[in-house]
Amino acid sequence: MSEIRILSATGILGSGFREETLKRAMALRPDFIGADSGSTDPGPYYLGSGETLFSDAAYKRDLRLILLAARAAGVPAIIGSACTAGSDVQLERLVKIAYEIAREEGLHFKLAAIHSEQNKDYLKRKLREGKITPLANAPVLDEAVIDRSTHIVGMCGIEPFIEALQNGAEVIIAGRSSDTSIFAAMPVMRGFNPATVWHAAKVLECGAACVVLRKYPDCMFATVTNESFVIEPPNPEYRCDPVSVASHNLYENSTPYELIEPSGVLNTYSAKYEAVSDRAVKVSGSTFKPAGRYTIKLEGAELAGYQSLIIGSVRDPIILRQFDSWFEGLVKAVKDRILAVFGAGIESKYRFDARVFGKNATMGRLESETRIGHEVGLLFQVTADTQALATALMKSVGHIAVHYPIPEWTGLITSIAYPYSPAEIQRGASYRFNMNHVVEPATPLEMFSIDYQQV
Amino acid sequence: MPRLWQVTKLIRSKNSGPFELTFDVIFKDRETYVKVRDARIINAQWFAKTYQLKPEAVSVINYDAASAIKITIPRPAISGDIDDTDVFGGQQYGPLVDLEVPY
Repeated sequence: MSEIRILSATGILGSGFREETLKRAMALRPDFIGADSGSTDPGPYYLGSGETLFSDAAYKRDLRLILLAARAAGVPAIIGSACTAGSDVQLERLVKIAYEIAREEGLHFKLAAIHSEQNKDYLKRKLREGKITPLANAPVLDEAVIDRSTHIVGMCGIEPFIEALQNGAEVIIAGRSSDTSIFAAMPVMRGFNPATVWHAAKVLECGAACVVLRKYPDCMFATVTNESFVIEPPNPEYRCDPVSVASHNLYENSTPYELIEPSGVLNTYSAKYEAVSDRAVKVSGSTFKPAGRYTIKLEGAELAGYQSLIIGSVRDPIILRQFDSWFEGLVKAVKDRILAVFGAGIESKYRFDARVFGKNATMGRLESETRIGHEVGLLFQVTADTQALATALMKSVGHIAVHYPIPEWTGLITSIAYPYSPAEIQRGASYRFNMNHVVEPATPLEMFSIDYQQV
Repeated sequence: MPRLWQVTKLIRSKNSGPFELTFDVIFKDRETYVKVRDARIINAQWFAKTYQLKPEAVSVINYDAASAIKITIPRPAISGDIDDTDVFGGQQYGPLVDLEVPY
């Protein structure tokens, strides 16, 4: 076979694509449909809690159209990083949605579910054997961190996908996987030049992100040969040009020239981007260097605490003229009140933070602008081991803060506008990412078990 | 003197994973890009000062294929951590926008 055609349904499952675009793309006879369903971008909550970025309804809408199209054409559908973080609970959630769709639509297929959640004893053994190494800016990793994590996933490469395809899977839903491996697995399995394949996969994984002006999420299509690939948006309203396709290498990547995968590194330094029409681009010339050692990236999250918040704002020009000193006094008064109510020892059981909108809420300590405008927004944040304690503390914060005085006014003032009753908002659990490491498995499949089910 | 936003089509910041922040400065035309690139207007020292880092922690990469300069730094706080201000890292490019470019 001299070429392979790849359809990327959307940049992230649940964000949507146009049904009409998918139809047009299916007319181009893709060899498979791929879609990424995950990201660490929205933060640690999704890995920490097992909750999902989009609603079940949004996943179902996208997955239904993909499964219907793939089954009608008799080609595989490959979904990676199920439901945001690709932990087992999220994988099960997407598999359940696939079952519902199959039942409602009368579809039958062989499903492979690839598990990416990691066994803590396995990781501790790997840590003791020195087979886990830190990447840049990694926090300290020890057995206590592994024990504290609510979920740890490994980011799988193409090998589990290839294994599932070779075993006849028609629909693959994977836990955490590298975005590109979803699109690279079948072409590499069929023997296409890995350099061309990985570069095409990198451009495809964000759906329509590589067009000149992306107005809404949509599909993307690539035709891959050994020497080059041609990328062309199936939506007639969209176009790619050489700069838009080259620019996509910049996105969410620390370098536009390298893409590190478990099995090697794609280097795009000598890549050529040529227009083949006013909306299609031909890409060639990248190289792929197989890795000296095969590594799997780990992602972990742990509970950081429970939070209560208060949102408020200040408009009094006299308070604003002395904002910093007023606010410093307020924070001290708040902490004194907490000590008075909850007693000695409470200091180590909570953390009080404030964000000042209109001053430095976006850049924090890095903000160099010192002016403030006619009002500022305040966000108080208490973090504690339980929601009950965080909320109890915040009730004291709210009362002390709202009446905190300035010398210019005599009598009791109300210095902060609270938009809500009650003022405090229970935010629930807050999580933190706690690892940026790679592990060396004995084989590429060792960390990823695959379940096959006849749906 | 023009500002960086006047000679670019996009200045953005974004996470590259939860532990790194990456900035893209994509120029409108190749000529200005080459001038700014060769004059090293966007450099590790400026980033180190603005984002309170050591210059060694700053990576500056010129990307001719897109007439772009990419800068990557360690995140000021891990994405979504209690002291993080910007989970997506999407609003950290403000100081770059009004940087003076002598062209």
